[in-house]
Amino acid sequence: MVSNKNNKTKKSGSHDHNHPEPITYFKVAMALVALTALEVVVFYFEWLGYAIIPVMAILSIGKFGIVVMYYMHLKFDEKLLTYVFMSGLILAVVVIMWLMALFGWFN
Amino acid sequence: MTSIPLKLPFKLNLSRPTNPTGVMDWITTIDHKKIGILYGVTAFIMFITGGIEALLIRTQLAGPELKIVAPDVYNQLFTMHATTMIFLGVMPLSAAFFNYIIPLQIGARDVAFPRLNAFSYWTFLFGALIMKSSWFLGGSPNAGWFGYAPITTTTFNPGNGIDFWIVGLQVLGIASLAASFNFIVTIINMRAPGLSFMRLPLFTWMTFITAILLVLAFPVITVALIELMLDRTFDFNFFNTKAGANPLLWQHLFWIFGHPEVYILILPAMGIVSEILPTFSKKPVFGYAAMVLAAAFIAFMGWLVWSHHMFTTGLGPIANSVFTITTMLIAVPTGVKMFNWLGTMWGGDIEFNTPVLFSVGFLSMFLIGGISGVMHSFSASDYQQQDTYFIVAHIHYVLFGGAIFAIFAGIYYWFPKFTGRMYDEKLGKQNFWLMFIGQNITFFPMHFVGMQGMPRRIFTYDSEMGWAFWNGVESFAAYVVAFGVLLFIINMIKSWISGPKADGDPWDGRTLEWSISSPPPVYNFLDVPKVESLDDFWHKKQKKNKSVKSKTNPKSIHLPQASYWPMLVSLGLAIAGYGIIYNLVVCGIGLAMVLVTVCAWSWEPVNEPDAH
Amino acid sequence: MSDETTTGIDNRKLLMWVFLGSDCMFFASLIGTYLIYKGTGNLDIGPVDVFDIPTTSVSTFVLLMSSMSMVFAYAYLVRNNINAFRIWMVSTIIMGATFLGFQVFEFSEFYFHYDLSPQTNLFGTTFYALTGTHGLHVTVGVVWLAIIFYSSLFRNSVSAETNLDLDLAALYWHFVDIVWIVIFAVVYLFGTFPGFPS
Ligand SMILES: [Cu+2]
Repeated sequence: MVSNKNNKTKKSGSHDHNHPEPITYFKVAMALVALTALEVVVFYFEWLGYAIIPVMAILSIGKFGIVVMYYMHLKFDEKLLTYVFMSGLILAVVVIMWLMALFGWFN
Repeated sequence: MTSIPLKLPFKLNLSRPTNPTGVMDWITTIDHKKIGILYGVTAFIMFITGGIEALLIRTQLAGPELKIVAPDVYNQLFTMHATTMIFLGVMPLSAAFFNYIIPLQIGARDVAFPRLNAFSYWTFLFGALIMKSSWFLGGSPNAGWFGYAPITTTTFNPGNGIDFWIVGLQVLGIASLAASFNFIVTIINMRAPGLSFMRLPLFTWMTFITAILLVLAFPVITVALIELMLDRTFDFNFFNTKAGANPLLWQHLFWIFGHPEVYILILPAMGIVSEILPTFSKKPVFGYAAMVLAAAFIAFMGWLVWSHHMFTTGLGPIANSVFTITTMLIAVPTGVKMFNWLGTMWGGDIEFNTPVLFSVGFLSMFLIGGISGVMHSFSASDYQQQDTYFIVAHIHYVLFGGAIFAIFAGIYYWFPKFTGRMYDEKLGKQNFWLMFIGQNITFFPMHFVGMQGMPRRIFTYDSEMGWAFWNGVESFAAYVVAFGVLLFIINMIKSWISGPKADGDPWDGRTLEWSISSPPPVYNFLDVPKVESLDDFWHKKQKKNKSVKSKTNPKSIHLPQASYWPMLVSLGLAIAGYGIIYNLVVCGIGLAMVLVTVCAWSWEPVNEPDAH
Repeated sequence: MSDETTTGIDNRKLLMWVFLGSDCMFFASLIGTYLIYKGTGNLDIGPVDVFDIPTTSVSTFVLLMSSMSMVFAYAYLVRNNINAFRIWMVSTIIMGATFLGFQVFEFSEFYFHYDLSPQTNLFGTTFYALTGTHGLHVTVGVVWLAIIFYSSLFRNSVSAETNLDLDLAALYWHFVDIVWIVIFAVVYLFGTFPGFPS
């Protein structure tokens, strides 16, 4: 890329310490496996009825969140990256929810 | 021309161009200024082709029951006219300004990803060629610029035209997305020291917001296009009503993209006008923060209004009311911007030269278009206006009187910066008055015939309808506009070749691009500027700081080197695109070419270490 | 390569995140289409008839593990342990390919045993389009990782200094993983949950 030599700078090359240790990675993996197992178990609780939707949503959002925070290390990175990603994600959810409402999904 | 062999894992020994000249220079260039000029010239040629299509439409409609073009050709004409003007005209003309101006306004040597920038241009060019080549390959798309499915499915539209439209738009989408990713990163990450976000010139701000809208809106149309492509090529059922498909699905997906798209078209134009008015009023822009916030609010609200294009599809009173209210809300920040532009000019020492005339033209025309927009934002009243010439009048007031006028203003304003020469002021003024008067006589009567019930997209009309007089007037005036554009072309060519020399700051400008010579050197800034306030360059001029001679040796500035790969990746995409239309094997070959060239690109160092 | 930017964030990393934000809109549109058409059209064959939750749970597990393997590869690369990096890369690539294998198996099962094709009904259309697009994303990820692995073997161009190259591929890989987390819940589990009142 072009170098803007005189820019006010913060070193960004050294982002290995932006990342957690391997043991954390392993714990995260175990959490993911546990949550997935929980999802599959909950799936057989027929008596939950429509309550399955919030339960499953919480479990999936949990998995989603820890992958993004730890494996994609947003938790350790500059906040700007979180804002960039979240703006896309939130807009996507809002627009699609509204679209589904127009198709009578929540009646 | 010396060259360094590029080592690749496969036997493909393309030497890297080091100091290419002539055509090779333009093909391999990654200099944002040259790419900006490529964008501008290509998009202007496309704008002319779209104009010719418009003239054919107006000629056919000049009188009742004319048979100058056949009905099916007429359908192709209006589809291609709109598609061309939006995707091949206004958007890339705006992109030309982004490319040339943004790095200069933020004090950078180039964009964040110069090769990706070249890739955007070439992909745009090939997308445009795919779209336009449909005229010579069995017929153009004919279902309107929004290509409503199911009328675009093979059942109702078996020809190749729609396939060209689908593929062309997807290739153009890749170009726009790549460019927008690039400009978002450039504006966030390449600003000169001290140039905080609230010191950014308004044109840079509008570009930033436009790019954000684009990266969020284009994926939606991409999905819609992929679904339509799967339907047409592999018999999927997305829009097959016999299988129970909902015909409103396409309309929703299209307009979720389509409404942000209109801001993608108009925000850069607003940015251009926000640069020109302060410069020639010799005043800072009135209400800078309000301008930024208003644009951000417009961009955000743009996501919550899409169904105002679908009031008559039977969404029900609640949905229609909600979308009426959200749409009307957008008039508020737009009004704020309008007052701020007037406030900028108020009491200013205004010099009415061509850029200012076009900018004031923009304000007045955009105001009229905005008012008719508020009229059909009211769903009850929209039932009367939907699909009539009233809408055609509205859209041309905001996109021709609005976006195109601002783009012309911008071309005149920055012409000395682009070329180092002055344009001809007298020709420029004649150009403005012809276009201004012509556009009003062309488009204003469309409000009348629209209210009298003349539908859009009809290839002719009965003499009994009482629409003949105004249609004749409109068609005549369309040629006046065309004559105005002709004067513009003459002015540009003449002035570029032999206009009087312009210095770096002919307008007593306020932003950083005027602090360097015209045209700027390859490296833009000898020393990266330090910014201390909004309109920093202008304030420093007032303090009469003697500019210290820089001791930087231009030869010590390392610039990224030219590359073949961006163009070759785009070529691979174009081959894959034609492959989808004609033969899937060719598509595979094109994709393989993309894979190989992307690898070569990523393995090519930005700068050869041993080359200077 | 500029390592000095206004915000201190590397240009390419910022680009990647902007792209991922944009890709959210892409998948949201596809998932939206799937949900809008859910339960409409010809219902002779639907999710309940074809999905096999245990099998898909296994492939979901494989994809999750590939994400773990990916971060290990990265951790060893920044510690300059190239051999361990290569081992974890191979394992990631194999698990990615296994996931794709499951998908091929699933598609052929549906197609040949259940006679479910994209042409059959709206469920077929939206299911194959959504999961197929996700599969294409995984394929791109596998190819990307394979190219980096190839570079580390034959071009000697992968080292701790160039860890950002791998980091970007890893971000993409994890993103594909989280999209699958959503698809697994929304399409598979909600699609066949026996407790919904019919
Ligand atoms: Cu709209």
